[in-house]
This record gives sequence, C-alpha cells and structure tokens, in this order.
Amino acid sequence: MSLIADAFTLVFVAAGIAFFAAGTLGLVRLPQTLSRIHALTKADNVGLALIVLGLLPQAANVLEGAKMVAVWLLAQLASGAVAQVMAEAVMAETKATKDAAPPEEGHP
Amino acid sequence: MTGALLFGLAGAALVGCGVYGLLTAPGALGRVLGFNILGGGVFLMFGVVARRGAGAGFGADPVPQALVITGIVVAFCATALAVALLVRLCAVQAEAARGGDGDKET
Amino acid sequence: MSLVFDAVLCLVLLAGALGVVTTGAARPAVIAFIGYGLLLGLAWVRLAAVDVALTEIAIGSGISGVVLLRCVRALPAEPLTPAPNRMLKPLAAVVSITIAAALAAVVLALPEPAPSRAADVAAALPATDLGNPVTGVLLVFRALDTLLEKVVLLLSLVGVWALSRDPACRGRPAPLSPEPAPAPSAFLARVLAPIGVLVGLYLLWAGADHPGGAFQSGAVLAAMGLLLVMGDQIRTPAAESRGLRLLLLAGPFGFLAVGFAGWATAGVFLGYPPGAEKAVIIAVEVAITVSIAVTLGLIVLGPPAGEERP
Repeated sequence: MSLIADAFTLVFVAAGIAFFAAGTLGLVRLPQTLSRIHALTKADNVGLALIVLGLLPQAANVLEGAKMVAVWLLAQLASGAVAQVMAEAVMAETKATKDAAPPEEGHP
Repeated sequence: MTGALLFGLAGAALVGCGVYGLLTAPGALGRVLGFNILGGGVFLMFGVVARRGAGAGFGADPVPQALVITGIVVAFCATALAVALLVRLCAVQAEAARGGDGDKET
Repeated sequence: MSLVFDAVLCLVLLAGALGVVTTGAARPAVIAFIGYGLLLGLAWVRLAAVDVALTEIAIGSGISGVVLLRCVRALPAEPLTPAPNRMLKPLAAVVSITIAAALAAVVLALPEPAPSRAADVAAALPATDLGNPVTGVLLVFRALDTLLEKVVLLLSLVGVWALSRDPACRGRPAPLSPEPAPAPSAFLARVLAPIGVLVGLYLLWAGADHPGGAFQSGAVLAAMGLLLVMGDQIRTPAAESRGLRLLLLAGPFGFLAVGFAGWATAGVFLGYPPGAEKAVIIAVEVAITVSIAVTLGLIVLGPPAGEERP
C-alpha cells in the first residue's frame, strides 16, 4: 500500500517539477513581459497543484493535507491577482510610451 | 553536523559578497543592499553556532536564535532609515536641479 | 541526500547574493535581493531555526523588499556616479575574498564540544509556562534586548517621519498605488486580508508554544494593512491621530511599565509577577505585536505629506 502511495508521490511531484521548470524557462526565454507573466502563472499554478496532490498521500493526517491544499489555494489567489495587476501596469506603460506621454510621471 | 558546516562556509562567503557590494556599488541603494547581504552572512554564521549548540531537546541553541531575530529587526530599522534618507536626498537634489523655484522648503 | 540539498541551497544562495552585488541596475538588484531573502529563510529552516526563518522571510525579505522597491521607484533612473577607478573592482574582490577566507577558517576552527546555553534554557523554561524556547529567551531571559529593540523600531519611524516636508509632521503618507486602485488589487485585498489577519493572529497565539511570536505576527499584520491600503480599502492614517500614536507607544511603554512593575512584584527590573507569568507575558506580547504591526506599516508608507488643505 505504501509502495503505491510512494510511487504516486514520485510521479506527481516529478510532473510538478517539470511544470515549474517549463514556467521558469518561459520566464527566462520569452521576449515580452505579458507572455512571461502568462507562462509563469499558468505553469507554476499547475506545478504547485501537482506537487501538493503528490504529497497528499504522505500527509500524516487530514489536517496536514488540508493545510497543504490551503497553501495551494492561497498561492493560486495571490498569483492570479498579482498577474492581473502586473499586466495592467504593463499595458499602461506601453500605452504611455506609444502616446509619447510627457517624460515626467503624473504621480509625484 | 557537516550540513551546518556547509552553511557556515556559505555565511562566510556571503560576508565576502556583502563587502564586495559595499565597496563597488555604483549607488547608495547598492551599498544598502551590500550591507544587508553582509548582515545576512553574519546571521547565518551565528545560526551555525546555534545549530552546533543543539541539545536539551532543542534542534538549535535558542539564545543565538533570539539574538538573530533581534538583529534582523534592527537591520531592517537601519535599512528603512537609510532608504528614507536616500529618497529625501534625491527629492532635494531634483528640486535643486530644477532651479530651486519649487514650493517653499523647510 | 539532504547534504546534496544543503550544498545546492548554499550555491544558489551565493549565486543570488553575487547577482545582487554585481547587477548594475537598481531594480533587478532589489528583486534579486528579495529572492535571496527567501532562500536565506530556507537555509534557516535547514538549521532548525524556524522562528528565525519566519522572521527573515517576513521582515528581512518581505517588508524590506517593499521598502526597497518603493525606493527604486522614487530614485532617478540613472544615478549620477563618477566612473569608478579601474583598480577598484579587483582590489575590492581581493579584500572581500580575504575576509571570506578568514571567516571560513574561523568556521572550520569552531570549538568541538560546541558551547551551548540550551541546557540552561531548558532548565529555566518551565518556570515561564512557555513551550517555545525562543519566545522564552526573547521575552523573559533576554527581555532587555527585546525592549530596546522595540525602542529602536520606534526611533526608526521617528527618523522616517522627521524627513517629512511638514515641520509639524502632520497629514497622511502618500498613497502606495495609483488611485483608484486596480480592480484585482481591490479584490485581493478584500479576499486575502481577512485570511492574512487570521494567520497573523494565529502566529501570535501559537508563538507561546510553537514557532511564531510577536515579530512574525506583527510583520504579517502590517503586510495585510499595506495590502488593504494598496487595494484602496482603507486610507493611510493621519500622522497626528492620537489613536495611532497610542498604538505606536503601547508596545514599548507597556513593556517598560511591566519592567518597572517587576521591581515591586518580582524584586528585579523586567521580572514577571510570580504565579501570573504567562498571563503577563501574553499581555506584553499582544501589546508589542500591535505596535510592531503599526510601526512596520508606517515605516513602509513613508513620511507624512503635510496637512491637507480642504
């Protein structure tokens, strides 16, 4: 029984690491900020989900498993919202440079 | 024990990095960062002393741990004050560069 | 196996630190510094110092990171610096390698039965009714350090406020984000802040027996306050508000009052009344947590911008 659980953990954590590696590769190699954010948030969320799923059979009790799931949910929430905020900032910046806005920032 | 030794050597190397940053940084902010890395290295060496002093059922000697916590907070205070001074200095310099005809200064 | 992990962690840590000091531009250096702080927190976990790891990540990386990023935004893009001397970099490298090598020799020569106060702490801890030895050292055995550090934190805020344009130091600090706040920030503040406040209070409560305590809790609460400010859910507080100043002073002065009362109740400065140690320790912890949270948040927000003109 524990052998099956260990194999499950191994497969899912390895898959999660692969997703993280892909996300990091995207962050380093992709040319535009928006596509970088996209690669990072999508791949890392799936990677974290796979790692948490893989570690669930190793949890000592239900509470420990619930804590890991809560960490995943919070990371999901934060990364989604932060990606949106960053994307809006990038859009505003590109718009400002396209409109050839005055070099002085409007905000002091 | 060898793991702790590894972190001790890393702490020594971090101090070296911090000193290098302090000496070569092009701006004041870089020096603040170098100072923080230097501090991190010193704390890490302290942490190795704590880890080596593990005993009485504790994973690490609690006295150095508490000192490091205090040290981190004090280092943050120094950093925050330095950064605030730097921001104000830049504002004053920018006003001086504009000809000093801005609003009245104190 | 774990030795391999430690070695990789040390190498990545060093790479991060080198990245911080060799990157010329300010913003990448600060971002590398935040990552370095997170890795340093991982190193603390490996050294069995979970309390320090929490403090390093919350204060050394998190709150410091926000302060430094705000600074980057306020600085001019191209700092005017004279071209460094050609000899400076090799010379600095030699000096820093020499210092690092000397320290490494010291680490290798540490005395073999390592000196430790762990046994003393274990012997004295039951009298305090606390389960977490680090909290015991911070609040009981070396309470003077903690008290003075609260004063340092307060003085740091006084220093930041002294840089205000308004000589009387009135008004609110400048807002953290453009107004109105972007919708995702507001959403994040509304959803995450209640959970974060709960986590902060849990860290305070658990700190008596498990890793956690006043600093970590105060840092998380301050972060949640800043999140609410960024999401436009609350306004930055006015510096002249009496309630705010009371919150700032509650921790240091409450601690000091308990310290003086120690002469009457326990016969020594910073002694706790026998029989009621735990209740008084928890009261002191709550007071200093509130003050730490408010002080940290206000340090990040910066000096007040002067009195508002209606």
